[in-house]
Amino acid sequence: MTVETHSNGTDELLDVDADLGDEYLTFSLAHEEYGVDILRVQEIRGWEAVTRVPNSPDYVKGVLNLRGAIVPVIDLRVRFNLPLEEYTSLTVVIVLAVKDKDDGRERTISVVVDEISDVVKAKLSDIQTTPKFGSALDTEYISGLADAGGKMLMLLDIDTMLRVSEMKQM
Amino acid sequence: MGLIMALILTVDDSASMRQMVSFTLKGAGYDVVEAEDGQKALDASKTKKFDLVVTDVNMPVMDGITFIRHLRSEANYKFTPILMLTTESSSDKKAEGKAAGATGWIVKPFNPDQLLAVVKKVLG
Amino acid sequence: MSIDMEQFHQVFFEESFEGLDVMETGLLNLDSGEADNEEINSIFRAAHSIKGGSGTFGFQNISDFTHIMETLLDEVRDGVRDLTHDGINILLKSVDCLRMMMTATSEGGEVDEDEVKTNFEALQNILDSDASAETVNDTPVVSDASDQPAAGWKIKFTPHKNFMQFGNDPVRILRELSGLGELKGQVDTSKVPDFDELNPEDMYLSWDLELAGEVTKAAIDDVFAWVEDESDITITPLNSADKKSEAPQQTPSSTAKKPTASVVAPVAKAAEKKDKAPAASSSIRVGIDKIDDLINMVGELVITQSMLSLLGEDFNMSRLEKLQEGLIQLDRHTRELQESVMQIRMVPISFTFSRFPRMVRDLSAKLDKKIELVMHGENTELDKTVIEKIGDPLVHLVRNSVDHGIEMPEDRLAAGKPETGTIQLNAFHRGGNIVIEITDDGKGIDKDIIFQKGVEKGLIEAGAKLSDQQIYDLLFNPGFSTAAEITDVSGRGVGMDVVKKNIMSLGGAIETHSVKGQGTIFSIRLPLTLAILDGQSVSVGEDNYIIPLVSIVESVRPKKEMLNMVAGKGETYKLRDEYLPIIRVRDLFNIPDAKADLLEEGLLVVVEADGKRFGVFVDDLLGQQQVVIKSLESNYKRIKGVSGATILGDGSVALILDIPSLIRMSD
Repeated sequence: MTVETHSNGTDELLDVDADLGDEYLTFSLAHEEYGVDILRVQEIRGWEAVTRVPNSPDYVKGVLNLRGAIVPVIDLRVRFNLPLEEYTSLTVVIVLAVKDKDDGRERTISVVVDEISDVVKAKLSDIQTTPKFGSALDTEYISGLADAGGKMLMLLDIDTMLRVSEMKQM
Repeated sequence: MGLIMALILTVDDSASMRQMVSFTLKGAGYDVVEAEDGQKALDASKTKKFDLVVTDVNMPVMDGITFIRHLRSEANYKFTPILMLTTESSSDKKAEGKAAGATGWIVKPFNPDQLLAVVKKVLG
Repeated sequence: MSIDMEQFHQVFFEESFEGLDVMETGLLNLDSGEADNEEINSIFRAAHSIKGGSGTFGFQNISDFTHIMETLLDEVRDGVRDLTHDGINILLKSVDCLRMMMTATSEGGEVDEDEVKTNFEALQNILDSDASAETVNDTPVVSDASDQPAAGWKIKFTPHKNFMQFGNDPVRILRELSGLGELKGQVDTSKVPDFDELNPEDMYLSWDLELAGEVTKAAIDDVFAWVEDESDITITPLNSADKKSEAPQQTPSSTAKKPTASVVAPVAKAAEKKDKAPAASSSIRVGIDKIDDLINMVGELVITQSMLSLLGEDFNMSRLEKLQEGLIQLDRHTRELQESVMQIRMVPISFTFSRFPRMVRDLSAKLDKKIELVMHGENTELDKTVIEKIGDPLVHLVRNSVDHGIEMPEDRLAAGKPETGTIQLNAFHRGGNIVIEITDDGKGIDKDIIFQKGVEKGLIEAGAKLSDQQIYDLLFNPGFSTAAEITDVSGRGVGMDVVKKNIMSLGGAIETHSVKGQGTIFSIRLPLTLAILDGQSVSVGEDNYIIPLVSIVESVRPKKEMLNMVAGKGETYKLRDEYLPIIRVRDLFNIPDAKADLLEEGLLVVVEADGKRFGVFVDDLLGQQQVVIKSLESNYKRIKGVSGATILGDGSVALILDIPSLIRMSD
């Protein structure tokens, strides 16, 4: 299934810094831009119906079949307490390789986002430590901020954010 | 000994012995086929022509002596050297083996070097 | 060239342990008079192999010990000796001793030299006593010839006519001789007939040779060792002073060496003799034919896949039929492959059963009881993982039958029963499961006593109405047995409750049937494999779940009037005489939009766990299917009421219900 990505007007990679740095896959969620380490991205899929799992937090939409493995699907809007919206044809599921911060185990976990933006490079030195600001997002989950062509990009620490210990039933 | 490596058939119901013999002989450049009892060995002898046969005596399905007797009666194997693996105390077995047509014997237990020495003697 | 023998050690130990099992089974059969010639031969062969292999691979002490066993067994198979019951016992103990030695050697532990010595002497005693004709110590053919190198030898070598028909080659002999010293000689062709009388397969030549050099006669004898019988050989020293070195002396040397009494202090005996020593780390022996089948199947799969791949590259609708054919083929091959792979892990239950004849024999002897063990269905196969875990529970149940089931011989006679009790082990496949039954014709279970005890221990109330099965189930309750009752024979820290727990953790169940005074049957039901499950698909709301068939008793369409509210128990459904507590999956799982609210609009699946029955309320029954169990915990976490997940034919995920867990949740 093909996925459409669109960039912010230009056709080039948005370089915060031309040469060095890590690459991040960026996506938008309620008009905010977020990024995850590209090396952690296993694949990107379109949204498909998932199987509900009982007695799970409301942001765990269910599980899906990823070539024989059972992978949980987390709705980030719900996770970040953002207003919910209908899924569109642009809605994507990003499958991530997570290393649980608590128990150290490696898991495959997927997240539902509004749409994919781009792959950007951001040098670590440009990543400012997050000031405490009133965000929907627990700042514990953000490894840093980057400036992406004038827009603020929040880089997510998925190992902390997608800890299984946090997935307790509300 | 020409460019073609000799093909040896090793027959023993003990997998570890077969492995050891196989490994030793292959290491010296011979080609080896394994069989776990006399019947399987006989079947193998019909599909390939072996230059030397080394067989244990005590095996299920078909024992070594019977196997030697059968093999010797095959036209292909009239003159092929056949060696039995015997223990030091069984002089009767040696006689039985010879009566069945065995060329000679190797005394157990033997180490790889001893095995190679005997094989070299027989195959040249 | 030195070859490292260690690489062969593991295989040697594996096959030797198997050989010891063969010996043990064979000896037991010999004891009960059931052994035929072939079996006796296989006992001998096993010992012979172990002796040979241990000698070859450098375990001399094992070789020496096995040698004396082999000698004894050789006499038995030659019909020269009959083994008494005691003799068999000694051999059985020797097998144990050998196991100990192998375990110690393979694991790098210490061999209990005392045990070795005791057993060795016991074996030696048998051999020495009423030695029929031959004694153990055959004089070896290898003779310590007194030899002094002479300056040279004159050799007349005359092969017989049939020389070559033994595969011998005179050239080889000559070559070997020339390797010993300087060889000169002449061939004698006087016996070669005319051409038309010549048989090319016969040997007509002879040789007159002179071998110069410091060569011992023994060395020359060696060269001719194989051909002594097929040739005439005369060896005289070159300086023909008449040395009578023609007759080599035969030094009878003892071939049975006593193991050296160790100075090392006796160490703790190898603990679990009855358990198979895990010389193999975690390997499995698979028949070559199974592997060949597998390889063939993968081959076919690859072909089908390539074909489909090719079709896909240049596809248009005219090729639709071909595509469909290909997909059907793919389905078939994949299915076959799956079945084959599952087959590989299938192991006959004989592996587990094999320890019981010995165990029952020893145990009944210890208790002065007469018990016969009968086994059926040893070929029934089950998954390797299941087999490993079912061993201990079975041991405990059999011990239980020996200890508490079968009565003392006097009591049996008094009760009009045959003096010898019978314990039966039965394994068979039934409905996609494997059933193992342990039956004894002993005194049976006294329900009243059990009930009383249950009341005493506070497990049940004095006035409780329990079904037979429920009373028997008390036996499996952790609180039931007390330390005082764990006798030396039955006790090992494994109680009946652990037996049940182990069985249930395998997804199985255990049932008890008994008639007081007549006997008891323990019936264990297990899934064939842990990875695959037979399931009933059900729907609750928009979701589908799988209920393991092994838990399902029946399904009913509920009637409103049978529904009751029972104080302290919640909803129950009256099914015939029973009141089944109802489990509403919808509520336990907080499923919105479940269709059926009222009982009569849905279905009740009657399940059983822990000897109790419940009604699981679902919306609808869908199909039954075999599903592959996938872990939910690998990427997510354990959810109560769910034992795992599976992928359905359409690619979607279905959750598998954990019935015991659901029951606990509804409490």
